[in-house]
Amino acid sequence: MAILDELRRRFGDAIVETDDHRGDLTAVVARAALLSVLAHCRDEAALAFDVLMDLTAVDYSKFPGREDGPRFEVVYHLYSIARNHRLRLKVRVDQDDARVPTAVGLWPIANWLEREVWDMFGIRFEGHPDPRRLLLYEEFVGHPLRKDYPINRRQPLVGPAS
Amino acid sequence: MHGIIRIASELDGETIVKADVEIGYLHRAFEKDCEQGGWNNAIPYTDRLNYVSPLINNFGYASAVEKLLGVDVTERCKYIRVIMSEISRICDHLTCVGASAMELGAFTVFLYMIKAREFLWELVEDVTGARLTISYGRVGGVKADLPDGFAEKTLHAFKQTREVLDEVHRLLTGNRIFMDRMVGVGVLSREETIAYAITGPLLRAAGVPYDVRRAQPYYVYDRLEFEIPTQKDGDNYSRYLVRMAEMEQSMRIAEQALASIPSGPINVDFEGRPIDPAAYVDRGKQGKTEGLLLVPITLSPNLQGQQRDAARRVNVADKRVVLPPKENAYGSIEGLMNHFMLIMEGYGIRPPAGEAYFPVEGANGELGFYVVSDGSDRPYRVRCRPPCLPPLAALHRMIVGEMVADLIPTFGSVNMIGGELDR
Repeated sequence: MAILDELRRRFGDAIVETDDHRGDLTAVVARAALLSVLAHCRDEAALAFDVLMDLTAVDYSKFPGREDGPRFEVVYHLYSIARNHRLRLKVRVDQDDARVPTAVGLWPIANWLEREVWDMFGIRFEGHPDPRRLLLYEEFVGHPLRKDYPINRRQPLVGPAS
Repeated sequence: MHGIIRIASELDGETIVKADVEIGYLHRAFEKDCEQGGWNNAIPYTDRLNYVSPLINNFGYASAVEKLLGVDVTERCKYIRVIMSEISRICDHLTCVGASAMELGAFTVFLYMIKAREFLWELVEDVTGARLTISYGRVGGVKADLPDGFAEKTLHAFKQTREVLDEVHRLLTGNRIFMDRMVGVGVLSREETIAYAITGPLLRAAGVPYDVRRAQPYYVYDRLEFEIPTQKDGDNYSRYLVRMAEMEQSMRIAEQALASIPSGPINVDFEGRPIDPAAYVDRGKQGKTEGLLLVPITLSPNLQGQQRDAARRVNVADKRVVLPPKENAYGSIEGLMNHFMLIMEGYGIRPPAGEAYFPVEGANGELGFYVVSDGSDRPYRVRCRPPCLPPLAALHRMIVGEMVADLIPTFGSVNMIGGELDR
């Protein structure tokens, strides 16, 4: 909880919501402040989150009670080797404005993880140096982990562009 | 163990100057598929993530859902999960080291390692009934209790495995040809390894003793003694040494766990002789249910380890989470209703709305499952943090500037598993 308090104190309104459900510390961050919060988490000695363990997204468009809210949440799982603690940061984005600043400048692993989120959810990462799909091929139409993408849809399998 | 991958590289003579790694050839919509069925229906999919150590995937996913549900599995189940995870880890390392040695021409090592893996897979087969796609984990427990004589068999298999590892050490460690290909090749600095979120043997080979089993112990790892082998060079040879040392530690862990595994509540309240299932069901249908739940029943060999008393030992006592033992489902209306409530569509396990992330130490590093529930009987979102994606994302950093031939040991040492990389 000390971590969440510290983030709230430092960033004020930019921390939209905090939570420690089942012991997982979670903070929802405003998009405008995302990069500064991530950089603070990485560089502040008391936090020292040096590993971006995971970066993914969730589509909340079919979640009971959240159909009308922002559609996506981009989820960052941070871990600190030195301090041995974890933190989950989330940023909410709308469908019409599905863009998040890229974290590649902070952690190089964000490159592939953000490509995967673009691939699966269609969320753009602004400033990404290599915004291609990761798992699917460029000619693929749509973003399969969106809740409105039917699981049985077939698409012609096109070989990789050479 | 590898999978399909495409490395588009630009060469200067035989030196790689630029490389672009392309993945996704085994993508089969694991995360999307998980959203389509009940919570336990995802277990067989998790087998196919890392098909060399599927048990760890099973338990990792089950533990994430248990965290969401807020249930704690039984002691015996925790020990079983530890033992089976460690056996899996040894199988994974054996395959990795064996395959990469074979690619460098040491075919004998591959055959020896696969022989040792065979000893261990026989144990896995004894417990789970299958060798590869074992589907042994369950939310709230495991499928079946350990078979009789498992401890002796395991100790014997470990003895044989140790002999094999000894032989392999004599063949490879210090071998001139092997060292020429491995030492100083595929180096990734400690800082870069961390920046790329690489965990597991690769991180430990770069000198960081991070291991989820020690840093944030789950199950009963905090009660068992083991070391975390590290090296400092971060090259392929260090990774080989770390894996070889880890196998010994895994055997140590499993031996301690076998020595201290609790037997749990044992059912002593039965009477009479075992009867066969058909007669049992007939008696239930005729309404002669008095004492029926106390009568022992001869179960099909397929259900070995799932008898009433065994199920009680390895599963949480929570009817909302685990299926009742077969005797109860056949022999009592309460058991049948309980069974239906967990199996019928629209019912089943229903974790409260929320989310949880649960990391376990997979054979390749931190394997995390991030699950989101909307309170229904199906996962709203299942995310697997694959331990071998970060090393592949950093692969170009390990191979650029080296010879094409050096790609082979480097690719072997990152131990790419197509199933979990592409999901």
